[in-house]
Amino acid sequence: MQQSALAGLLLILGVCAACAAAPVRPAKPAHDKQSFAEIERGRYLATAGDCAACHTDPGGKPYAGGRPVETPFGMLLAPNLTPDRATGIGAWSDEDFVNALLNGRGAGGTRLYPAMPYTYYTKMSRDDALAIRAYLNTLEPVHNEVKSNQLPFPFNIRLTMAGWDLLFFHAGRFQPVAGKSDEWNRGAYLVEGPGHCGLCHTPKNFLGADETDNVLQGSVLQGWFAPDLTGDPRRGLGSWSADDIIAYLKTGHNRISFATGPMSEVISDSTSRMTDDDLKAIAAYLKDQAAPKESPPAAVSAQNNSMRSGETIYVDNCSACHGPGGKGITHLFPALDDNPIVQSKDATSLIRVTLEGAQNVATQAAPTGPAMPAFYWKLSNAQIADALTYIRNSWGNRASAVSSGQVDDVRSEPTQR
Amino acid sequence: MSQKLPATDIVIIGLGWTGSILAEALTRTGLNVVALERGPWRDTSTDFPTTYAQDELRYHIRHDLFLRPAQETMTFRNNANQTALPIRTWGSFMPPNGVGGGGVHWNAETWRFLPSDFQLRSHLVQRYGEKFLPEDMTIQDWGVTYEEMEPYYDKFEYLCGTSGKAGNIGGKKQAGGNPFEGPRARDYPTPPQRQPYAPTLFAAAARELGYSPFPQPSGNLSQAYTNPLGVALGPCTYCGFCEWFGCGNYSKASPQTTLLPVLVRRPDFEARTLCEVTRINLDGSGKRATGVTYVDAQGNVWEQPAELVVLCAFQLFNVHLLLLSGIGKPYDPHSGEGVIGRNYSYQVTSSVDAFFDNKNFNPFVASGAIGMCIDEFNGDNFDHGPHGFVGGGYMGAVQTNGRPILGTRVPKGTPDWGAAWKKAVAENYLSSYEAATHGSCYSYRDAYLDLDPTYTDPLGRKLLRINFDFHQNEMKMSAFLTDRLAEIIQKMGPRSIEKNPRKGPYTITKYQTTHTCGGAIMGADPKTSALNRYLQSWDVPNLFVTGATIFPQNAGYNPTGTVGAFAYWAADAIVNQYLKHPGPLVPS
Repeated sequence: MQQSALAGLLLILGVCAACAAAPVRPAKPAHDKQSFAEIERGRYLATAGDCAACHTDPGGKPYAGGRPVETPFGMLLAPNLTPDRATGIGAWSDEDFVNALLNGRGAGGTRLYPAMPYTYYTKMSRDDALAIRAYLNTLEPVHNEVKSNQLPFPFNIRLTMAGWDLLFFHAGRFQPVAGKSDEWNRGAYLVEGPGHCGLCHTPKNFLGADETDNVLQGSVLQGWFAPDLTGDPRRGLGSWSADDIIAYLKTGHNRISFATGPMSEVISDSTSRMTDDDLKAIAAYLKDQAAPKESPPAAVSAQNNSMRSGETIYVDNCSACHGPGGKGITHLFPALDDNPIVQSKDATSLIRVTLEGAQNVATQAAPTGPAMPAFYWKLSNAQIADALTYIRNSWGNRASAVSSGQVDDVRSEPTQR
Repeated sequence: MSQKLPATDIVIIGLGWTGSILAEALTRTGLNVVALERGPWRDTSTDFPTTYAQDELRYHIRHDLFLRPAQETMTFRNNANQTALPIRTWGSFMPPNGVGGGGVHWNAETWRFLPSDFQLRSHLVQRYGEKFLPEDMTIQDWGVTYEEMEPYYDKFEYLCGTSGKAGNIGGKKQAGGNPFEGPRARDYPTPPQRQPYAPTLFAAAARELGYSPFPQPSGNLSQAYTNPLGVALGPCTYCGFCEWFGCGNYSKASPQTTLLPVLVRRPDFEARTLCEVTRINLDGSGKRATGVTYVDAQGNVWEQPAELVVLCAFQLFNVHLLLLSGIGKPYDPHSGEGVIGRNYSYQVTSSVDAFFDNKNFNPFVASGAIGMCIDEFNGDNFDHGPHGFVGGGYMGAVQTNGRPILGTRVPKGTPDWGAAWKKAVAENYLSSYEAATHGSCYSYRDAYLDLDPTYTDPLGRKLLRINFDFHQNEMKMSAFLTDRLAEIIQKMGPRSIEKNPRKGPYTITKYQTTHTCGGAIMGADPKTSALNRYLQSWDVPNLFVTGATIFPQNAGYNPTGTVGAFAYWAADAIVNQYLKHPGPLVPS
């Protein structure tokens, strides 16, 4: 994959060396940077955009950067967003900031990598971008030199992004869809703009850009499968009510499922701190996403050897919490029947959770944060594969079988995730 | 040389049940709380996950969750004619270690004491006369009433989600509950656990004899529950690994499953683990605690100044720290004067083993507190006049476990190993049953705690010395309770039964219960109690002490429900009285 990406990039480089970025509107004057309402709106938008997820290093000062962001092409370190003039963005003009957020260009016009989701933020309004700037200006300036670009050659050449932008970046503010409610449009703005949900949940092409025909259909990223958010009744949110979505985003779990892995952070830092109205809007928008036209796979037969072995492993190791019928316990142990992540096209997250264990995110509304223990030391690849095949094809579930090779792939990956 | 840390508002010593309850209540006030815990941090999925929680060898035989005696222990003697020797491996009781304390490895039998238990001396003297009590018995009133404690019992039960059936709501008797219990404001938060076969038979037999059996109140929950702090617990899976074990299923009430998830989110709360408090520091007047000194895992010595100190360690270690810190007058058994170490008590348990033909009890379907009990012979629920002793206990068929190593029962006379033993285990595993009594242990002049003159711990501190033996009153009581229990078991139709009443001398080598009590007791008189009715030290008003340490004597119930209720009681007194007007809450 890296080789083909390289070839593609070099090709693009040759073709589009002279491409220019989209022009930026002139600054609107009379922007009150000391307005409490403005700063507070900016804080809220920075929360909705979960900027801190990348720009705050765990254990470090807020927004002082330095956190590694893993991409398929190599590592980037998130820059320092505090108003420190030497190492942060204190010396940036508002125009520089708006240009970065909405056009993917850093100070001086350098090209950003789309790990910074300007491909989504471009849908934000200029006013919203300025509000975020106003908020960032109120932070404690932290002197923290971050060398962002840790990518290997040739990805480390920022100019390569010119071609990428030309192909995949469509600058432009969000346009409300006529005929849809204000709530729906607010949800669309949040999901497609600041929330940048598709960054994880939309499958990527070989150059790391969104597959625009498969928006929000689920994707593997950083060793986890970010599930399908379309209306697919089995793998997506078709079986979830709007209230289920709201509960999930607000508390970290609902009657069916649990947030763990990278989504934990999104919930604890971002969605659990959003207003109920905004969560309702997101739910309204997501509930309106059409399911992909694909028929689900046939269930693996209960007589299959993997299924029979999987059942005994399930009874011995899983049923005490998840229940003999896979119903789980609300607020504590996720249901496995009719749970979209269990029937996902890709079993990466299921395998990872089984190997490493998982902790449900704890939130103010639901502080318990129960955890599943690790099984890597107890179950072999084949046993985990059989148990997951059984879980993915019992109680009405239907999904592809899991092979021991797939388990081995996840087991062999670096574990620092 | 210790290094002085920045001052904090409140230091809590020990982060078990009472430390967690106090920390939760006190951080609500916005004050900073630092909890110092001698043992490690413990959490369900990392320390006792379902993947290996049910390991009898690791936890039961090898004492994985308990304090290591090499780190801290105590010496023991039955009486002043003996020389006390250090306990080198735990036997009669299991001192906890680490965050969650004994709350991690209890059976979760969650009782309230009887109303008369709180006025024990005056009640018994009024009913039977002063002379009815043994001369050397030093039982006391607690200085509070059951009515005062009721809301705090309620708070603890609703924190835990306790599964049970009320017997008395607001003075109205409730069919199916314990008719002897004090009036409660409302029913238990969750219904009783489902009863296995043997407790069902026991209840039928007890009813036939005219008793009123009821389900034991259990902190292993019958159904999922979310407590008032928003923390969720799951239903018990009846695996039978409760006492000595941590629960991997989030279904046993413990600090981990009820309080800690909320506490760790509070910015005003900090827990420092592997930090052993070596003394509570006093100012020059000796009337004010200035904080504590502790040693961390690297051997660094720190002084943590604080405005208020709350002593929440295990019962024995609370007394140890008070003695080492020179707080309160040490008890002298000769003069009967002094308060620290006074009225050490325990619990008097006994059992009846029964062997049946053609019965299958499935003993492995178990939980630390599923069972059917009767309370006719507890406290002063019956006329002691004809029997010549005071006290009592509940009794019942409580199916705590059918674990493979020690959960096997064979008739007396069976060899301890070999083919004959195996055959007897195979024949009796499913069809035998052990029923138990859980009796009170009253306090005596010669039962006390002091510092050992000879032995020291690795930090050079004198070990605590336990001076204790069972008295005639308790052994008479145990014989009586065991006989009554045997009558009920006999009605269940066994092939044979074996009665095991508690007999002296007390031995620290055989497991009985971890219900050690007293040593810094509460009361109304500073001459006979270390703490006032709010668990505040008479001598050092910015020091509060919690736990079974405060019990003037022990009742015929498992103590944790009462320990939890008194933690809430003390928290309430600190928040609503002491913090508003720091100083003695009761004039001495």
